[in-house]
Amino acid sequence: MSERVIYLDHGASTPVDPRVLAAMLPYWTETYGNPSSSHRYGRSAFMALEEARAAVGSLIHAQPEEIVFTGCGSESDNLALRGVMWAARANGTGNHLIVSAIEHSAVLQTAVQLRDHFQFDLTILPVDENGQIRPDELAAAIRPDTALISIMAANNEIGSFQPIQTIGELARAHGVLFHTDAIQASAVRRWDVASQPIDLLSMAPHKFYGPKGVGVLYVRQGIDLISPLTGGGQEDGRRAGTSNVAFAVGTAVALQLVDQELESRAAHYQALTQRLTTGLLAAFPEDCRQTGHPTDRLPHNASFAFRHLSGNDLLMHLDMAGIAASSGSACKTGNPKPAATLQAIGLDDAWTKGGLRLTVGMQTTLEDIDYTLDKLQAIVGRLQRITAVY
Amino acid sequence: MTLFHSDSLQENRVVVAMSGGVDSSVAAALLVEQGYDVVGMMMRLWSEPSIGAHAPTNRCCTPDQMADARRVADQLKIPFYVVDVQEHFRRTIVQFFIDEHEHGRTPNPCLECNRQIRFTYLLNQALALDANYLATGHYARVEQTPSGYRLFQGKDTAKDQAYVLHMLSQEHLAHVKFPVGDYTKPEVRQLAAKFNLPVASKSESQDLCFLGDGDYRRFLREYSQRVEQPGPILDGNGRVLGQHEGLSSYTIGQRKGLGLATPEPVFVLRKDSRQNALIVGPREALGQQQLTARLVSWIAGAPPPPDQPVQVKIRYKAVPVSGYVAEVLGNGRVRITFPEPVIGVTAGQGVVVFSGDECLGGGIIDDQPEPIPTNHPTKESL
Repeated sequence: MSERVIYLDHGASTPVDPRVLAAMLPYWTETYGNPSSSHRYGRSAFMALEEARAAVGSLIHAQPEEIVFTGCGSESDNLALRGVMWAARANGTGNHLIVSAIEHSAVLQTAVQLRDHFQFDLTILPVDENGQIRPDELAAAIRPDTALISIMAANNEIGSFQPIQTIGELARAHGVLFHTDAIQASAVRRWDVASQPIDLLSMAPHKFYGPKGVGVLYVRQGIDLISPLTGGGQEDGRRAGTSNVAFAVGTAVALQLVDQELESRAAHYQALTQRLTTGLLAAFPEDCRQTGHPTDRLPHNASFAFRHLSGNDLLMHLDMAGIAASSGSACKTGNPKPAATLQAIGLDDAWTKGGLRLTVGMQTTLEDIDYTLDKLQAIVGRLQRITAVY
Repeated sequence: MTLFHSDSLQENRVVVAMSGGVDSSVAAALLVEQGYDVVGMMMRLWSEPSIGAHAPTNRCCTPDQMADARRVADQLKIPFYVVDVQEHFRRTIVQFFIDEHEHGRTPNPCLECNRQIRFTYLLNQALALDANYLATGHYARVEQTPSGYRLFQGKDTAKDQAYVLHMLSQEHLAHVKFPVGDYTKPEVRQLAAKFNLPVASKSESQDLCFLGDGDYRRFLREYSQRVEQPGPILDGNGRVLGQHEGLSSYTIGQRKGLGLATPEPVFVLRKDSRQNALIVGPREALGQQQLTARLVSWIAGAPPPPDQPVQVKIRYKAVPVSGYVAEVLGNGRVRITFPEPVIGVTAGQGVVVFSGDECLGGGIIDDQPEPIPTNHPTKESL
């Protein structure tokens, strides 16, 4: 194995920031009470939990009670979709849901399940060659019984931002709720739900140097959710289960650090991905293309497709060279289907298996990028030679 | 088939083809113990979705198998990768299996997989990763001698898998390792326990890896229009004796289950795919004293001399019989003769030639155009 190791998969997960870790530590061994308990242990845990909730709320300009802590980003997406659609049915306010074709499977699979097993109507909007939805197509898809539009803030695989301001305004104009999966985007964007037309928003702190095992769902006040997770009525009845105080505290600190350091982080990421993209496209002008929007994209995400190559093989060779990357989302190794997202942006079969996503982080250096470019050139050349045989 | 040549080959690096089973897991553990730089690799092959509650649990490439292989790799602290061969495998092996049956032959897809996937595609993947060797869990041994590499049966002759490796060339053998070949199956199980591998008590895989339920007749009915069509059962003179249910349902030498009421017992002699006919005859007509083989290759690069007595296996589980590689026919074909009539020669199966426990090479049994009379000896056997 290679001596040097480089982590270029921050879109899959990030290390926990030491400042986040330090803030969480007391909540395992000192302030370990159950925040639902009425005694002093419970009260101090409750206070920490609610402070974290208020901090997260204030960072995105929301009220504390609009913040729901969940078990992960996928759960936040699940709660948004099921919660809103079930409530819409119960209240007789709608039966139709709109998502985009390149949503993360946490949204897409939930929407498909609502369609296939719960008799909701579902529209899956196509995207253009840059991976963005067309607002006129969205407007045309909205029906009188549309209850929810769920479109991600930025795509996890190809990095494109969606025009969420426009989408939210359209939703507002039609009296439809708008949920955005902001799980990738929250690493590099601030949210102001007081002024932005967003009704529900999902975040996952482990994408921005917080812990895994916790998610956030912002739910605008007054929105009725029927919770898929029932029990002791925690999180205002929206998510049962003992609250994870340590992770809620970590979430608040991690989000606070994004807010403080956003500009410097984004500039750092941008410089790295730009060098990577320019270098790779120059090395393989015919056989490599950037995927996703060329400019309106996550600054820490560099995504590509290689002609006639297997992204899976690329990952294997990169790993042997010490470089951790991804072929799209952090999907299960070994089931390399042609990437649905690459098909959705109109790439043909020659390209759709050859996806590569490199996502940089705070520790990534320009030397790392140059080393990666070097290795990638050798690996791609080699794989082209071997692939030519089959 | 050309093998990949790396300009930065790592002398000590071995890629182990891991299936999640005992043999390949122990192979990986042995190589780690021997100090190699080991990389685990699993091929994701095409297979049907599992069918029914009785679907074999140890089929290829199921999530369970993959998880087992990954666990073993984790325990051995070696990297583990899954390579996608589904499309290539479906095209070259599964389709081949169907085509062969449509032509009235009985293929051995494992041979073709070794020829066209494992020791080409996977070996090339290994070489491209700068590995010097591809190791598998086959029970066979390779020896390097001054005159070149030689292939031998594994120590466990009951598990001999040199048969399925007969197509390897000198170039291949320079880059392969069969670490469990020096052990018997019970010893391999003991090693798995010694290495504390989570797969020590797993059962053997038996069926073709791509079947959803182990039933190849059902598979053929589902995936082929042409195979499994009923047709006539004929005797040697072309007389119709009855109807068969589809040629692939019968094996050469079969007596029972033909549904014929004949005064003397009759046996399946051969399959005529052009007429979709099953040809039957008396026991005396069953044996044959020669066969032709195609796609022949020899480990040493050349066949044994025609007068050298050899042992011949006409299918994987067959008992070796005495014979001669009597004649090289050109076009990758040879004629193999037997002093004693041999029963069960089946077109499409591998015919593999041994000298004692050494595998010399082999090929695929050709269509046998005419039933070969066995009541008078052939020239070679005199």
